[in-house]
Amino acid sequence: MSVTAPRLADPAPEQLRPTVSSRRVVATLLRKELLVELRTLESVPAMSLFSLATFVIFHFALNRGSVEGDLGAGILWVTLLFAAILGVNRLFVADAEQGGFDGFLLAPVDRSAMMVAKALTLLAYLLVLELVAVPAFAILLLGPSLWPALGGIALTLLLGDLGVAVIGTLVGALAVRTRARDLLGPLLSLPLFVPIVIGGARATAPLLAYAHRGGLSGRWLATLGVYDLLFGLIAYALFDFLLED
Amino acid sequence: MYPKGLRALSISTVVAMTAALALVFFYAPLEAEQGFLQKIFYVHVPLAIISLCGFVLGGVLAIQHLRTRDPRWDLRSYVVIHISIVFAMATLITGSIWAKGSWGHWWVWSEPTLVSFLIVFLLYATYQPLRFAIEDPERQSRYASVFAVTAGAFVPMNFIAVRMSTAYLHPRVLGSTSNLPGSMALTFLVSLLAMTLLFATLCNYELTAKRARARLRALKRRLAAEGEPQRTPRSAAPAALPVQPSTAGTAS
Repeated sequence: MSVTAPRLADPAPEQLRPTVSSRRVVATLLRKELLVELRTLESVPAMSLFSLATFVIFHFALNRGSVEGDLGAGILWVTLLFAAILGVNRLFVADAEQGGFDGFLLAPVDRSAMMVAKALTLLAYLLVLELVAVPAFAILLLGPSLWPALGGIALTLLLGDLGVAVIGTLVGALAVRTRARDLLGPLLSLPLFVPIVIGGARATAPLLAYAHRGGLSGRWLATLGVYDLLFGLIAYALFDFLLED
Repeated sequence: MYPKGLRALSISTVVAMTAALALVFFYAPLEAEQGFLQKIFYVHVPLAIISLCGFVLGGVLAIQHLRTRDPRWDLRSYVVIHISIVFAMATLITGSIWAKGSWGHWWVWSEPTLVSFLIVFLLYATYQPLRFAIEDPERQSRYASVFAVTAGAFVPMNFIAVRMSTAYLHPRVLGSTSNLPGSMALTFLVSLLAMTLLFATLCNYELTAKRARARLRALKRRLAAEGEPQRTPRSAAPAALPVQPSTAGTAS
């Protein structure tokens, strides 16, 4: 019984270097993902509906008509992250079950393109989710008006979404070909989301308070940005290894 | 069967542990505020340091595995992470006891190190389920390595983020080792050395056991030749071990 390591160590396609520019590959993949989502409407409506139901649950669980400040920011971020996990769980399922991975691996293109395309897909899902969930949150639960703080909240959410998209892509790819796919996805992603919750909730809390005192703190935005960047690099470096068979 | 240095390593661990405990109980002075309770510091802090270093080391070994595709690196990474998880659990328990003793609560959210530790522990608690959930041994080791690298990089990032989130800090014992009186610092350093040796010994024993089991399985398989199929116990440990019947025991 010998080891197969040497054979696996040098994959053949060294000569078959990408002939198509990565940007075009990413654009094509992204277009395909969004088209599939538009035709099946599998993830985004479920995520949006989930977030609405969660707001209702929070209303009854906390027994409050309106929230603000820390509590409001916490509810918003928890709901968005849990809804994001639904999307993460579905992100690679079609590729794993219907041969999307095989088809992609057969094409002479850079493999990291898939990671970038999937992260952008997840980012798009999250942005649409927030177009539904944030107004709903403002109407259903938020005490103070959203308008004065809208810019800051949008910026914070965008930074948080970048991190969630990158982590979600890595975790989704890691979990999709395991037996307990739906269990491992959330278990793996929740601890990795903790720094995003810290940065995001702390940054938005003063914006959602009755007295718009704090304003946007650059410290938390910087935390989110650095975390996004570092995890982006990690995911980019490691994603290829998940696609080898 | 056993690797060469294992006996010497085991003996030095026992000696170091005994010396450390003797120093803790008979040499180190009682701390003015916390009294006897403060002695848990000599167990808790080394455990924490070693398990965090172990997690990062597991990530480094996993990088080596991804680069070389040698399953032995995966086995090392697995063993280091496994023992680190055990150490981390001990850290959480001792930390909790210390918190109860000195602050009156089993859990204190304002202590960032404790909180970060819990998050890191929760993440690593999925390492074994992840391995269990993948059948193919080659893919299992590859995915586990990707996880180990990600989580290893996450450890310092998480600590920084949680540290930032805490408004005020308790006076920190760790990080101010230079402020400790000499006798306490010496005791702490000996305890740290003893814990490091304990970690190395446990890792070596587990590695030896895994290699021995792989070799045994290979021998059984050869004995049974075309007999009935071997029943392999379900395990999260890397299965694809290189079996070199002549040197399997001595290779480190």
